[in-house]
Amino acid sequence: MDFIFNDYNLRILISVGIYIIMALGLNLITGVTGQLSLGHAAFMSIGAYTSALISMKLGLPFGVALLAGALMASFFGVLVGFPTLRLTGDYLAIATLGFAEIVRVLLVNMQFTGGALGLSPIPNKTNLYIVYLLVFVVIFAMYRIENSRVGRAFLAIREDEIAAEAMGIQTTKYKILAFAMGAFCAGLGGALYAHYITYINPIDFGFMKSIEILNMVVLGGMGSIPGTIIGASLLTLAPETLRFVDEYRMLFYGAMLIALMIFRPNGLLGGVNFRNLVFKTFKLNRSSQGK
Amino acid sequence: MFYQQLLNGLTVGSAYALIALGYTMVYGIITLINFAHGEIFMVGAFVGLALAIFFKANIFVTIIGAMVACMLLGVVVEKIAYRPLRRSSRLSALISSIGVSIFLSTLVQLIRGPQTTNYPTNIIQNSMYHLGSIQISKLQVMMILISALLMLGLHLIVKYTKIGKAMRAVSQDYDAASLMGININQVISFTFAVGSALAAAGGVLVGIYFNAVAPLMGLSAGLKAFSAAVLGGIGSIPGAMLGGVILGIAEITAIALGKSSYTDAIAFSILLLVLLIKPTGLLGRPIQRKV
Repeated sequence: MDFIFNDYNLRILISVGIYIIMALGLNLITGVTGQLSLGHAAFMSIGAYTSALISMKLGLPFGVALLAGALMASFFGVLVGFPTLRLTGDYLAIATLGFAEIVRVLLVNMQFTGGALGLSPIPNKTNLYIVYLLVFVVIFAMYRIENSRVGRAFLAIREDEIAAEAMGIQTTKYKILAFAMGAFCAGLGGALYAHYITYINPIDFGFMKSIEILNMVVLGGMGSIPGTIIGASLLTLAPETLRFVDEYRMLFYGAMLIALMIFRPNGLLGGVNFRNLVFKTFKLNRSSQGK
Repeated sequence: MFYQQLLNGLTVGSAYALIALGYTMVYGIITLINFAHGEIFMVGAFVGLALAIFFKANIFVTIIGAMVACMLLGVVVEKIAYRPLRRSSRLSALISSIGVSIFLSTLVQLIRGPQTTNYPTNIIQNSMYHLGSIQISKLQVMMILISALLMLGLHLIVKYTKIGKAMRAVSQDYDAASLMGININQVISFTFAVGSALAAAGGVLVGIYFNAVAPLMGLSAGLKAFSAAVLGGIGSIPGAMLGGVILGIAEITAIALGKSSYTDAIAFSILLLVLLIKPTGLLGRPIQRKV
């Protein structure tokens, strides 16, 4: 067992789990609701800093710190959601990008966040069991949300906002809700990350981090939960597996993104519906399932 | 003192405006936020540096050399990374541009190393002029003049040449323009060539002015120029110029007030304010909601 579960592999498994949680959050905002957000790292940083400060300064238990981080991120999700609702498409993307950069600059300049030096040492509380327990909870919750009334409203907004509004869906309310839920996951991921790495620094939560998480969602296939999970796993593993090319790995990473977009523009599992796939393979009749 | 800062702001702002023009033109034509544009700016600065070091070229030769090199680079990037994605979703093109951006910055880092380098001092005999209480260096005069000349040239091309007319037609209505017999591919290539050339000129000027060139400079400069483009109204050429100058002045004012660590936040706060008050920017066209 030591061969499989050595420190190096554990480290990778834990980061895969953390990224799955965060990417699922972004998938809800961008993939399901269709609101392009380039500021996911900001929510992650808010979660990380809040939980880290609670653990370090107040010494409260880990669970409280996690929940507080996620709730704080969620609160900021609502805060960003309100004013930016008037914006659609690219303008929303730009606004979220601006918000993320402002958060980063504030973290660098504020005293209690440790400035550019960051915060350390944060107690090391995150372990494999907690991460994967939360991963399963988040996946389950995402499935429940998507197949609920709320989820259908999200999908309607993605497909055609104006038509959704005309059908009586309160687009504003649902967009804020999507942001709040997505930010909650990002904050949770950030809090887990902070308690795993034990050191956080504003540089970790820059523009490239938001892009990295967005790449996971897009690579796997927008709006697809299994797709997002695969995307997050692949892109977390990619820098590790490309280690044999060492210096050139970011070069490969860049080229890989371009090639993927050219050959599989909808992501690996974009437009693949697992339920239909299973029904098709086993020649089951959909109506007999009572759905 | 006030006029001095205004002048310094104008100098930096004119360089931002040069970069912002590329964003605005590409967005105007294919509605793509070209994240690789910041990296083209960085490559331009490095090509200029290479010319200045190896060929002891003067400032004009360096700028023209960098412009030609980046013009080619811009066209090649468009051909490889964006043309195959013309018919797929806008998000895939965005991700592809992020891939290009990672690829280029890593490539330059592999060639040059990650450290910051300086332009040789003999590139320009920097003398100071005094106008009353205002000091102006020869370099500043040249920056403003060169930027103004390039922008004037762009204006003339867009307004009075056949290809300029085609560009305006394509940005007005992509499909109708192609039905009228305009060679869309040629127009888009030309737009990328011109935008990249302007960014390269901006790169050389900024590199000499701040006397620092680094492989990772593209990201933050690109984001700032992008905010400038949005501030002026994305898709609008005079808007990009105005936005660049306003941003430059705002930043220099912040530095003069001793808040230099907040400069990035200022750029993005202005961006957010503009988006909230007038989402189309200062000189942008109103968005139409089609039902």
